Amino acid sequence: MAKLDAKIPQGPLAEKWTNYKAHQNLVNPSNKRRLDIIVVGTGLAGASAAASFGEMGFNVKVFGIHDSPRRAHSIAAQGGINAAKNYPNDGDSVYRLFYDTIKGGDYRAREANVYRLAEVSNNIIDQCVAQGVPFAREYGGLLDNRSFGGAQVSRTFYARGQTGQQLLLGAYSALSKEIKKGSVKMFTRREMLELVVIEGRARGIIVRNLITGEIERHSAHAVVLATGGYGNVFFLSTNAMASNGSAAWKVYKKGAFFGNPAFTQIHPTCIPVHGDYQSKLTLMSESLRNDGRIWVPMYKEDAEKIQKGQLKPTDIPEDRRDYYLERRYPAFGNLVPRDVASRAAKERCDAGFGVGSTGLAVYLDFEDAIKRLGKHVIEARYGNLFQMYEKIVDENPYETPMMIYPAVHYTMGGIWVDYELQTTIPGLFAAGEANFSDHGANRLGASALMQGLSDGYFVLPYTIQNYLADQIRVPRFDTNLPEFEQAEKEAKERIEKLLSIKGTDTVDTFHRRLGLIMWDHVGMGRNRKGLEEGIKKIQELRKEFWKNVRVPGKNEMVNMELEKALRLADYLELGELMARDALLREESCGGHFREEHQTEEGEALRDDENFTYVSAWEYTGDDKEPKLNKEPLVFEFIEVKQRNYK
Amino acid sequence: MDLTLKIWRQASASEKGKFVEYQVQNISTDASFLEMLDVLNEELVRKDEDPVAFDHDCREGICGACSLYINGRPHGPDKGITTCQMHMRRFKDGETIVIEPWRAKPFPVIKDLMVDRTAFDEIIQAGGYVSINTGGVPDANAIPIPKRDADTAMDAAACIGCGACVAACKNASAMLFVSAKVSQFAMLPQGKVEARERVLNMVAKMDELGFGNCTNTYACEAECPKEISVSHIARMNREYLSAKLVSQKE
Repeated sequence: MAKLDAKIPQGPLAEKWTNYKAHQNLVNPSNKRRLDIIVVGTGLAGASAAASFGEMGFNVKVFGIHDSPRRAHSIAAQGGINAAKNYPNDGDSVYRLFYDTIKGGDYRAREANVYRLAEVSNNIIDQCVAQGVPFAREYGGLLDNRSFGGAQVSRTFYARGQTGQQLLLGAYSALSKEIKKGSVKMFTRREMLELVVIEGRARGIIVRNLITGEIERHSAHAVVLATGGYGNVFFLSTNAMASNGSAAWKVYKKGAFFGNPAFTQIHPTCIPVHGDYQSKLTLMSESLRNDGRIWVPMYKEDAEKIQKGQLKPTDIPEDRRDYYLERRYPAFGNLVPRDVASRAAKERCDAGFGVGSTGLAVYLDFEDAIKRLGKHVIEARYGNLFQMYEKIVDENPYETPMMIYPAVHYTMGGIWVDYELQTTIPGLFAAGEANFSDHGANRLGASALMQGLSDGYFVLPYTIQNYLADQIRVPRFDTNLPEFEQAEKEAKERIEKLLSIKGTDTVDTFHRRLGLIMWDHVGMGRNRKGLEEGIKKIQELRKEFWKNVRVPGKNEMVNMELEKALRLADYLELGELMARDALLREESCGGHFREEHQTEEGEALRDDENFTYVSAWEYTGDDKEPKLNKEPLVFEFIEVKQRNYK
Repeated sequence: MDLTLKIWRQASASEKGKFVEYQVQNISTDASFLEMLDVLNEELVRKDEDPVAFDHDCREGICGACSLYINGRPHGPDKGITTCQMHMRRFKDGETIVIEPWRAKPFPVIKDLMVDRTAFDEIIQAGGYVSINTGGVPDANAIPIPKRDADTAMDAAACIGCGACVAACKNASAMLFVSAKVSQFAMLPQGKVEARERVLNMVAKMDELGFGNCTNTYACEAECPKEISVSHIARMNREYLSAKLVSQKE
């Protein structure tokens, strides 16, 4: 337990970060040149951190699995990025953004981290504008804002429906500038297979070159993991195909604790599942809930006829529609947080009021907005999203309501980090979605981009210096050291084992099966019996996988089946930890809904007395149960309340 | 639907490639094009054959990884979308579909349908940024930018760096890609400071890497999944010309 020190600075909430910066250790410019930092991942957190480290004068090596750093999955974020600028003069402030984020996370995040996030949010917008990010503007030439779920102010900055793309291209351009300068060396198409720990500190990584299969060793004085989330454990999610949890899982097995693995975000507005060949789910931005109204038929007979294709949504008159979010949550209406909106959709569909041929969909209707604002306004706001929907579903959302259903989107859980974003392995840091830190049990819309860039531009550049300050006399590490040898051996053995099984079922067959187990047992509604069954099923599937998976070809080539198999092998372990964490947490909070713990109205029921803590899991061995460590969450500056969006 | 696929197979950059014919059966019209290839690959794996390598990731048209030349067109027959956004309803039952990699000298084939687009990163590294460091920047609203300029910058910035423009061009020109970045920064006050060096350096890098010249066929615009306009090429040419004149004077 003593190991878990969050290192929260002293002082009043609003002064903690300032105090930290005032008293931290720094590294002088000539020493920076002698220190190496490895960054794994080139999304918002990784690219911004690497570029900033390079600017400061450190030697940086960046690793990405794509052919270019610009393809990291941050690129796909649509809606926007929050900041407490209060440009619209609608009552926003750093405190309010902090408060909304803590409340949105259902009081399961660390106060000090979240306050810092809100505090630096404004710097991010300034930084991005200075980089030439073309945010949306008003006719007066100033920046435009829109509103997002879980907030009563408009604080979301956006670049059409491509905000993630524009922010990532901004970070990518900063990274490119540093690559050109020579301070950053970029390694594309490399996947991290192992962390190298020397005398208790993170000192390097083992990567596989995805083109040649060569296993490479790289050393550094510190390692930053910015490898994103693990939502693909569900097989179907809005994550990109290559997004994976393997780097996080590898460092967990080397001694980094895993925080709140059960906390998964199910996003309410995705295009529903339609066939068993499907490879991923597509998100429709939450910003659509600004103007779209969500409904299902009020009467079951109408819903049934719609499911059979006998009625169209436009045949249902206004007084036979149930705008269930507006009915249940009049204060926030269609803009309730994601977890609340997702559960409400599931509740209606489970009760038989769902639409579409599967009955697992609800309508998102723009008819009123088009009448009120005109088609051209809706087109300007959401044109690309409407086009994307039409391409996939083959229906025109200007004429008929969109069909949406919740899908796995983001993982709030991740590597446990302290206030400095350092893990329980000294010298190993985790940033962005890869860490657990800021979103508690539920992330608000437009806050992922904020956190990724906050960690990379404005937090790590400070905190990593505090660590490196006493490393200035440590010489560069030779990659022939036995620790590198051993880590490489482990990686190679795993690859050889997978290639030698030569079973009958493909990697995707196993992944689909794991996904179904996760969705049924560790999905939107969880209960003790289901979770216990789920754990058993995952264990059985894991055994079967190691006996019967078929990975063709060899290591020394482009081998995508091998890449997938390595990732799935880790998911088959991580999935179990998620279920264990969900089983342990006998309460409902945010995206974690335990069916045994709900109010009479079906709202999530927290148990603050027993569960106001972060569960930080510690690896103890392959066939041993992981050990639970608890980081108590202390709320000094905020009153913990039942979340209420009514 | 049942389809015949003629797919370019090439073991590595140094080896010779050829078309290989495959049959796929019972493909749903709602499946995406890449999901159809997933089905083929699963079958190949079951038959102990080498699956077809292709780049892909987000599968929602924004990462720019997917890069297939389908029936003679980059990203297939539809306008304004990437390969991953195309659905099988766009094809007819029994049709033969020809699938090739991007073919351009600066994009060498890595394996099958996968090509190396590092050249695009190198062009960006030559000047596709504003040279500011983290921190110490003015307030985001300190400089108002006319909405029209910001919108034009965004039109250009929408480029996903997939390389369809190069693949579509008979000269393998990267002018649309380069001009999109040049144009984005030329429209914004933040980008104006280094506008001259930027356009000169990026164009020089583009030439050095072996991309061809523009002969105004507009094939790039027609095939661009983000429908980026050739007017950005015109803007880049103006920027280039004036930068060249000024630099000669200096």
